[in-house]
Amino acid sequence: MMQTLIGHIRGIGRRSVDRVWRMGVAARFFLLVLLHSGTCFRRFHLIIREIFTAGVLSLIIILVSGLFVGMVLGLQGYETLQTYGAEESLGVLVSLSLVRELGPVVAALLFASRAGSAITAEIGLMKATEQIAAMEMMAVDPIARVVAPKFWGAVISMPLLAALFSAMGVLGGYLVGVVLIGVDAGSFWSQMQAAVDFKEDILNGVIKSVVFGIAVTIIALFEGYDAPPTAEGVSRATTRTVVTSSLAILGLDFVLTAFMFRGV
Amino acid sequence: MQRATLDLWVGLFVMAGIVAILFLALKVGNLGSYDNGETYTVKASFENIGGLKPRAPVKSAGVVVGRVAEIGFDPKNYEALVTLSLAARYSFPQDSSAAIMTSGLLGEQYISLEAGGDEKMLANGDALKITQGAVVLENLIGQFLYNKDDSQAEPAAP
Repeated sequence: MMQTLIGHIRGIGRRSVDRVWRMGVAARFFLLVLLHSGTCFRRFHLIIREIFTAGVLSLIIILVSGLFVGMVLGLQGYETLQTYGAEESLGVLVSLSLVRELGPVVAALLFASRAGSAITAEIGLMKATEQIAAMEMMAVDPIARVVAPKFWGAVISMPLLAALFSAMGVLGGYLVGVVLIGVDAGSFWSQMQAAVDFKEDILNGVIKSVVFGIAVTIIALFEGYDAPPTAEGVSRATTRTVVTSSLAILGLDFVLTAFMFRGV
Repeated sequence: MQRATLDLWVGLFVMAGIVAILFLALKVGNLGSYDNGETYTVKASFENIGGLKPRAPVKSAGVVVGRVAEIGFDPKNYEALVTLSLAARYSFPQDSSAAIMTSGLLGEQYISLEAGGDEKMLANGDALKITQGAVVLENLIGQFLYNKDDSQAEPAAP
């Protein structure tokens, strides 16, 4: 009886130590990536290739979901605002919710599942097929050659994707609100412009998306680099990437929002 | 994939992203919509500013002629000190008056500038002397209730 209890407590302790230890390794990994970034900026075509795989290939899902999120916001917002006779404020509702929250957060969630999982699977498989070990054998630093370009490619792509998502969403809200339902176009845009501030809203949204981009990419890279070199290990690491980065995005979003929009 | 096509796609992607940010800044946000050209600042103190916020519009005859630049508190006479920045191409007489109004029933609050009859014009740093603060709904209801009490009490007195 006593023995099993002690065994359970030991299990809790081991798991907490493992978690903290992994966090420490991830932080050192992040520092290592930053230290090795200099070389990959000198060979910029490596980063361009990664912007293509992370950014350009995610374009379709980001644009389509942005359009539909904006259209749904337009429909739902109109339904609610209409009861107060304030349907001219539809533009404010659509643009502020997109620029402040939905743009960065939903774009980052889509990015984590579209590009983050691909990064983890690729690095995990490179490790499983011993390509990374082969690079080390040839005195090529795998962090400088493989990991750092992926990091910068994704970090550069993320704010652009979030801005495209927000822009498409505003256009979607315009399509539904003004073209379909018939809200006055002039007040739709002018109330929006009166309410949305460049520094307060748009710039803070861009900062959010940069932070989410860094978080998602470093989680994806670390999970791939840390994955056990087996088929099962890579599949588990890919799942963990999506789960962990989604939680990280939502948690970070709360913290950033609390700092940025307090008292406004 | 060929290096050239790769570069082309990435270039298109980056350009589209920058266009999206510009669209957000210019069409959705208010960058470039008001601060075209020079401005001059005028101060006005109000008893109560209600829900007035920095960057609220200053309108004269319904036309936006400037923005609220800064809102402060004057500890000497316990009034709100509002700094207005007006477009330089509009000049107003020195005895113009400012009032805080609400656009619509639930709309934002703005400052309405009523032109006076003075021959001298407002200059940078001048203060507006005639001001009218925001209407506080609770005071209005209070006044209404008092008046009602009085009108009911009077016929009963004689």
